[in-house]
Amino acid sequence: MSDHPSTYTPKSGIEKWLDARLPILRLAYDSFVDYPTPKNLNYWWTFGGILSLCLGIQIISGIVLAMHYVPHIDHAFDSLERIRRDVNGGWLIQFVHSNGASMFFFAVYIHMFRGLYYGSYKAPREVLWLLGCVIYFLMIATAFMGYVLPWGQMSYYGAVVITNLIGAIPLVGPSILTWLQGGFSVDQATLNRFFSLHYLLPFVIAGVVVLHVWALHVVGQNNPTGVEIKSKEDTVPFTPYATVKDAAAMILFLMLFSVFVFFMPDALGHADNYVKANPLQTPAHIVPEWYMLPFYAILRAIPDKLIGVIAMFAAIAVIFALPWLDTSKVKSMRYRPVMRWFFVLFVITCCLLGWCGGQLPEDLVFSLGTDDHGNAIGLKVVLLSQILTAYYFAFFLIIMPWIGLKEEPLPVPASISEAVLANHAKH
Amino acid sequence: MSSIMTKSLKVLAGLAVVAGLVAGAPALAAGGHAKPLQKGNFSFEGPFGTFDQAELQRGYKVYREVCSSCHSMKLISFRNLGQKGGPFYDEEYKNPNDNPVVKQIASEFEVPEIDPETGDEVTRKATTSDRFPSPFRNDDAAKASNGGALPPDLSVMAKARKHGPDYIYSLLQGYDPEPVGLTVAPGQHYNVYFPGDLSASWKGDHHKVPPGGVLAMAAPLTEGRVTFDDGTPSTLKNQAKAVAAFITWTSEPHAIERKQTGIAVMLYLLIFFGITYMAYRQVWKGKH
Repeated sequence: MSDHPSTYTPKSGIEKWLDARLPILRLAYDSFVDYPTPKNLNYWWTFGGILSLCLGIQIISGIVLAMHYVPHIDHAFDSLERIRRDVNGGWLIQFVHSNGASMFFFAVYIHMFRGLYYGSYKAPREVLWLLGCVIYFLMIATAFMGYVLPWGQMSYYGAVVITNLIGAIPLVGPSILTWLQGGFSVDQATLNRFFSLHYLLPFVIAGVVVLHVWALHVVGQNNPTGVEIKSKEDTVPFTPYATVKDAAAMILFLMLFSVFVFFMPDALGHADNYVKANPLQTPAHIVPEWYMLPFYAILRAIPDKLIGVIAMFAAIAVIFALPWLDTSKVKSMRYRPVMRWFFVLFVITCCLLGWCGGQLPEDLVFSLGTDDHGNAIGLKVVLLSQILTAYYFAFFLIIMPWIGLKEEPLPVPASISEAVLANHAKH
Repeated sequence: MSSIMTKSLKVLAGLAVVAGLVAGAPALAAGGHAKPLQKGNFSFEGPFGTFDQAELQRGYKVYREVCSSCHSMKLISFRNLGQKGGPFYDEEYKNPNDNPVVKQIASEFEVPEIDPETGDEVTRKATTSDRFPSPFRNDDAAKASNGGALPPDLSVMAKARKHGPDYIYSLLQGYDPEPVGLTVAPGQHYNVYFPGDLSASWKGDHHKVPPGGVLAMAAPLTEGRVTFDDGTPSTLKNQAKAVAAFITWTSEPHAIERKQTGIAVMLYLLIFFGITYMAYRQVWKGKH
């Protein structure tokens, strides 16, 4: 925290010499050793560390893959197969990278839902939240472009569908689309620039992560009570307390990661992406990766293309506005008896939107028998998507501001240590 | 942790499982649908499963004698056949290029080359480092010989279809007699496992559209089509299973190494977690 004085004392001569010139060890010590951490953090708080691990894994495995990958429409698919077959350990690096993207999103969604539940976006953490949203947006862009690189059927048609969304913009849309694709269709120029940007963006993400951690260390971590740190009693030093807990959680996370990499490396992908891109043969069912499905469902829920595109981007944009949409005086939903039910419903909505994104819009969620012509009737996926989309936006734009004003919060503990002691008394 | 969070997360976990099951189930499109796939019960299934080398050898024979007359396998080299886990791997020849069986197989093929002296297109005997030669000079030649349909490359076919091994196994056995009332165009063949929608070419009750679809490939395997050197009866089932296993191997030759590495990694992480968790308990003792 900003008001926490540095306690770093350089011991050896070389440390003193360095500290007087570039106090980098002091910065590291103050940030990751002596940094006061609320002592009541639960396991949901370990996902920040897990996400840094994910970014590191993606960057390192990605740099190695780029040494063998060929960004050419005639060779990209085969170069990936060569990595899997002939590069020493290539199969491992490639599966770590492709599954790593899914793991990264899994962790970031938990991290975001945690922030949402415990009010980690509320003053004084608005900038921290905004930086997190920027990271998430950059992650989506990076993952999308990365998925195009294997140049399989889903890569190609994913790129076609998503870049064509830009074409929906009136007047200038088609021109921007041509500019983005580098031609009149998704082709060599598109693949080359996606590769370039896919290599660049992770380092931009790393830069924003530094700002995110900086902002975190200025305002201090939130905690499950949502009550700010009041005294030294409320905190423990980051090392060893948070480090050892983060390490345990990271290992558990790596076990989940390993289950996918070693035993079901293609479970999260799509079989069509093992077929080389063929611009003349559209797959029966174009779907994005699972982590984009909720937004894809929102896009398809709206019949008008332009409004659908606007809704999809608005679904991400509204997350940025969250700090100013929540009117509640209490941070943590632990003390918000009404709001937390809307939160549970929101999480379910996001999961169901993801499910809808993977179905065909005209498919039935459930059947209610048949009509006179023998066609099945029932709840169509597109209608369910519309209902869920309505709730998604209502949650941010109506429920957040309204419940915050109306709700009677439960009594909030005076301090973190009081909450911890009260918890002890219960057990 | 508050109990509400715990409860809601339990609900979430349950929902995620349900959503996964629903999404994983075959999509019931409004039209027709293929018959549920036959289960191959392959030796390589599961985290501990491995390839049966004799089966891979039989599968290679089926591919070579039947499939390869139309389907290429551009990603596979002869040397792959003798690499660890491959159909002709031999402990004595760690370097597959020294493996006499692999050398023999390669020498039975001719591959195109440019004569460096004259620049003429010539052919030479294949070596272990050569890729499997393709049956057609190019895609257009392949289409011309197959009624306009391109026989797909089989190198990664087991991954390029949902439930690939079972799909290949089933498809090769799925050439049931055409149901009466179904119009099948010339050059097309009815298969109960091929994805498609036959309602447009079906004259009968539209509630009873036959399962499956039509494809350009005629039934490639028949009883006794390939003679197995190891005495395995040459039934349709055995041929289909062997070639499905072989294509699964070519689709990911390192699959067994991957799973075996995974078991070691999981054990390592489990022990590492145990130690770290004990350290965590020790460090936090009395703090919360």
